[in-house]
Amino acid sequence: MNIGALLRIALRALAINKLRSALTMLGIVIGVGAVIVMIGVGAGAQKRVEEQIRALGSNLLLIMSGARTQGGVRLALGSGQTLSEDDALAINREIPEALAAPALRGGAQVIWGNANWSTQIYGTTPEYLVVREWQLAAGRAFEPAEMSGAGKVCLIGATVARQLFGSADPVDQVIRIKRVPFTVIGVLETKGQSLMGTDQDDVIIVPISTARARVLGSATQAKQRAVATIWVKAAEGYDTKVVEEQVRALLRQRHRLQPGSDDDFSLRNLQEVMSAQEASSRVLALLLAAVASVSLLVGGIGIMNIMLVSVTERTREIGLRMALGARTRDILGQFLVEAVTLSLIGGLIGVGLGLAASVAIGSFLGWRVLLAPEAVGLAVSFAFVIGVFFGFYPARKAARLNPVEALRFE
Amino acid sequence: MLIEARELVKIYAMGEAEVRALAGVSADIAAGEFIAVMGPSGSGKSTFMNLLGCLDRQTSGEYLLAGERVSQLGPDRLARVRNRQIGFVFQHFNLLARTPAVENVELPLVYAGVPGKQRRDRAMAMLARVGLAERAHHQPAQLSGGQQQRVAIARALVTEPLLILADEPTGALDSRTSLEIMALFQELNRQGMTVVLVTHENDVARFARRILRFRDGRIVRDEPNAAADAARALRAEAVPA
Ligand SMILES: Nc1ncnc2c1ncn2[C@@H]1O[C@H](COP(=O)(O)OP(=O)(O)OP(=O)(O)O)[C@@H](O)[C@H]1O
Ligand SMILES: [Mg+2]
Repeated sequence: MNIGALLRIALRALAINKLRSALTMLGIVIGVGAVIVMIGVGAGAQKRVEEQIRALGSNLLLIMSGARTQGGVRLALGSGQTLSEDDALAINREIPEALAAPALRGGAQVIWGNANWSTQIYGTTPEYLVVREWQLAAGRAFEPAEMSGAGKVCLIGATVARQLFGSADPVDQVIRIKRVPFTVIGVLETKGQSLMGTDQDDVIIVPISTARARVLGSATQAKQRAVATIWVKAAEGYDTKVVEEQVRALLRQRHRLQPGSDDDFSLRNLQEVMSAQEASSRVLALLLAAVASVSLLVGGIGIMNIMLVSVTERTREIGLRMALGARTRDILGQFLVEAVTLSLIGGLIGVGLGLAASVAIGSFLGWRVLLAPEAVGLAVSFAFVIGVFFGFYPARKAARLNPVEALRFE
Repeated sequence: MLIEARELVKIYAMGEAEVRALAGVSADIAAGEFIAVMGPSGSGKSTFMNLLGCLDRQTSGEYLLAGERVSQLGPDRLARVRNRQIGFVFQHFNLLARTPAVENVELPLVYAGVPGKQRRDRAMAMLARVGLAERAHHQPAQLSGGQQQRVAIARALVTEPLLILADEPTGALDSRTSLEIMALFQELNRQGMTVVLVTHENDVARFARRILRFRDGRIVRDEPNAAADAARALRAEAVPA
């Protein structure tokens, strides 16, 4: 008997008990759906973390001035002005495996010709581009003379370039930042969204001395060399945790903090922030994996149960088929195909629902969910294997019936 | 000789006790015979039929079907013998529910591996032969008992077997319909088909040309049926053409 004939018999038998067949499939539907969502969420989360690492730079520490808490009151980070450019210099000098870039930040209006745009101004040092692993799409980086002499030069992000210049070439053009003319010497590569979802390309980078003197003004920074943040990159191959502790120790020593007192800065390991996010999506994936395996197991048992019922109900049919010339393998094949059909139809419905649920999770929770064809293949093979595994026992039971007793069965 | 049965014994083990369903049955049946098997309930008629039909194996004794010692065959070969050489008709028709008549008739051909188109043609031809060509696409539930049994007979005939075995084929039919079905068997026999059927009713047995009477697992009488000619006459007046 060929598979087409067996399939036709199976579909007819399943169609006779539509509701029962549908309920039997439910476990497989849920299990396979959960597998699809699980893989989608897992792959999406991993992709997101990868992208963020690419966007942010790897092995990053972010130091912000101001304690996390002071006397129980949480201060706005960056408001304490406890960090200075000299802290960054000290890190670069004392900790060879760390590279630090101090940064000042503020908003400003930028004008080129008739175009104007409101953006972020970053005053920092050339190390910043290294720390952030940020390449130039065009032009050149700052020269030492421009750093020390508060040169009126800037690097612009891709968003700023697009907003001000459209398709024109920004390099060597002069723009006005708070009415001060700056020469654009380079355009930064596109970075995309940050961890917080802000556009990292909406930025203009100027030498830190220039920022202090011309753009952000000393009024915002009471101390001459104070900075809001210091970005630190641990060199490749070093544990960011170790570097983090070295940096913390150095800063505490420089800030003359007593042992036991709180830090007057906040030091965050961005790697950990990202891994925490990854971990939370991994928890969800694990949860889904548990739901999936339980549902698949229950679904499989359900199929076995219904197939056993079906074999009993159809004992006379089995006896008849044997009398008409069905061999053991024909009967085995018939019930196996029926079980597999049941689980595969459930599996396909599960794939459909899983994909729909993935899209829904993606759009309602804002999670990134990847729909991988491998996941569909995997889930369908799962359903197939379950059908064979749990269908085998009832099918064998049917195939082993004695034809006389089967025909006599009431 | 189509069938040679020698001292067939069938013992069922019922826990401690044994049931001797057949206690040494010998019979020869030639091709083209029309035999009625009769006897009281529990006398071993069905057991005998099951052995003839290769559905079961005897405890001892010998059974040759068309010269072949079928009791020595493995299960798959036996299935093949049932498929090609024997046509079964049952008391309760045993048609597949919700399956059109023609597909029921096709079923043995499915197991014989006959391709679909040829299968359909042969099934339709066989339905025509039992007078049900226009009901080919009806499901069993849409057919009368007599019509269902005709479909079952078409199914038994479709592989062109050596013999038809029918265990109480009229047991579930009213007497008028029984006569119609028996007329059909008689017609088939006239065309050369060997028919062995079990019945309790003399009216039914009358159609056969030889009667085997069972009692306590033995054949107690084996005689030609003198009433056969009378039955033919009865059929002519009872069944409209
Ligand atoms: N599977 C079985 N297990 C045990 N005993 C059985 C089995 N099948 C039949 N028997 C016994 O064998 C004997 C013969 O049974 P069989 O079915 O051949 O009778 P029968 O002549 O067909 O009777 P009926 O006219 O009622 O159909 C009976 O005593 C029956 O109880
Ligand atoms: Mg009987």
